[in-house]
Amino acid sequence: MIKVEGLTKRYARTVAVDNISFEVEKGQIVGFLGPNGAGKTTTMRVLTCFLPPTSGTANVAGFDVLENPLEVKKRIGYLPETPPLYPEMEVDEYLNFVGRLKGISSGDIKSRVDDVTGKCALGDVRRKLIGKLSKGYRQRVGVAQAIIHNPEVLVLDEPTAGLDPKQIIEIRDLLKALSPDHTIILSTHILSEVEHSCERVIIISQGRLVAIDSVANLTNRLRGSEAVALEVEAAAGQPTPGDVQLRLEQVSGVSRVVAKEPKDGHLVFEVESLQGRHIRADLARTVVQAGWNLSELRSVGLSLEDIFLQLTASEQTDEPKAAKKAAAEGEKK
Amino acid sequence: MKNILLICRKELRSYFASPIAYAVLALFAFLFGGLVFYPTVRELAKYGVQAQMQGQPINLNDQVIRPLLGFASTISLFLLPLITMRLFAEEKKTGTMELLLTSPVRDIEIILGKWIGAMILYLSVLAMSALNLSFLFLWGKPDWQPVLVAYLGLILQGGCLLAIGAFISSLTRNQIVAGGATFFICLILWLMNWFTAFDSTLLSQVVNYLSIVTHFENFSKGVLDSKDVIFYLSMIFFALFITSRSMESLRWRS
Repeated sequence: MIKVEGLTKRYARTVAVDNISFEVEKGQIVGFLGPNGAGKTTTMRVLTCFLPPTSGTANVAGFDVLENPLEVKKRIGYLPETPPLYPEMEVDEYLNFVGRLKGISSGDIKSRVDDVTGKCALGDVRRKLIGKLSKGYRQRVGVAQAIIHNPEVLVLDEPTAGLDPKQIIEIRDLLKALSPDHTIILSTHILSEVEHSCERVIIISQGRLVAIDSVANLTNRLRGSEAVALEVEAAAGQPTPGDVQLRLEQVSGVSRVVAKEPKDGHLVFEVESLQGRHIRADLARTVVQAGWNLSELRSVGLSLEDIFLQLTASEQTDEPKAAKKAAAEGEKK
Repeated sequence: MKNILLICRKELRSYFASPIAYAVLALFAFLFGGLVFYPTVRELAKYGVQAQMQGQPINLNDQVIRPLLGFASTISLFLLPLITMRLFAEEKKTGTMELLLTSPVRDIEIILGKWIGAMILYLSVLAMSALNLSFLFLWGKPDWQPVLVAYLGLILQGGCLLAIGAFISSLTRNQIVAGGATFFICLILWLMNWFTAFDSTLLSQVVNYLSIVTHFENFSKGVLDSKDVIFYLSMIFFALFITSRSMESLRWRS
């Protein structure tokens, strides 16, 4: 449905998007993930024919964005970062205008407006001025204008920005409901967003593609190495943190032990295992055999958040290996 | 065509939903009706009979209507920036430009729609002056052909300035800057007309020819010269053309 090859977008001084390639199948929801300024918006603007690429090609629904922009625009619904609203218009009037602009005939427009106001729960504000609406409603009007012409591809730039949790869930459900017959690309820097609504994730950082994979695969990829939080009771300064750390490091399969702030007379450590090693049993045994009281031992799963940080972090941070590995795998795919 | 009408309707809706249209109309009504038309008619009433008795009846066309429409032209020169300043600048600022540019509409349709919308507001301004003049037709017998020609001149001159204003508005996202720059250009055009009026060097002739205001002079005399019509039409075309270039550059720079 969407095919991007070697896409590069250069501004006067900066390279916003650097040689990105990816494909999106019909009916997929893809999350576009990256820190602010990573090039998400630029990529989306190229896909929606707002900006021409400096080099490379982008193809939407079989049409090239440079050669056939009008055909692409007919098939794409776009919600920019700030919803493009006319504050002096009423919601109905605005949707009418956008719908007609997108090529809906005057005979169909009424039913389309009825349909999207229903889908986006705008029923009670249809006769209100957009300028008077709250942020949440405006965002929903923005989504409504993006889907008014029932486009094959939906491009949403941070659709949940500025919404309250209930509204976020509503938007999420709306996207799920749309997904069977729409291909959706949504950008966000909120990770739980992606975990909840996307099937695939494209992570970009500083204009480069860092990883492209399904959410499940991304989490699995780093689940091989386990992180364990461990607490040992310490009475009257015994045992000392150094002692415990030394012992823990000697357990086979442990890659790293980090001593954390002690709390309430408990020494707290975070232990990471090597890839594919299960270390919890050994850790427990070591602590008990040393005669210390083990008060807590629990697995700390790596969330998408950690993965994201690892992937987008630069070389000097804590987990360069994981990041590099993931990036390499991402590029292979 | 459908898209042009659509955008034109939207523009008019925006004008009349905001204070701009009312401000422009009220300002014109006050300046033209209150400060020019009313005193003129009062003088006319005072001296009209006297002149008739002296055997030199006042020629309504030459002595009343022509200066009146000259004033209308000058006033509109300074009102037009108010009409054009928001055309593109506002859409660029609020981000709705992104909606227009990602909709299946050609750039030229957007530009023409906006220009025609501004034109219609300008025509309604002119209609108010026509309303004033209609009183002269009620009680006097001026020739209507020269008046029509003068109005054609006003329309073409306005169309020209609106196109230039639209271009300036497409260069910035700040309405005040767009309005200010357009106002400045109008001011220069107006002054140019004054400075070159009593000068006959080659430079001033060239400047005079290029001045949008100068070409109105023939129209206001009731002379329909194809040279002036072509000048205005080509200026409108040129200004709208560079507006479309400017919109395209928006995509490349943005």
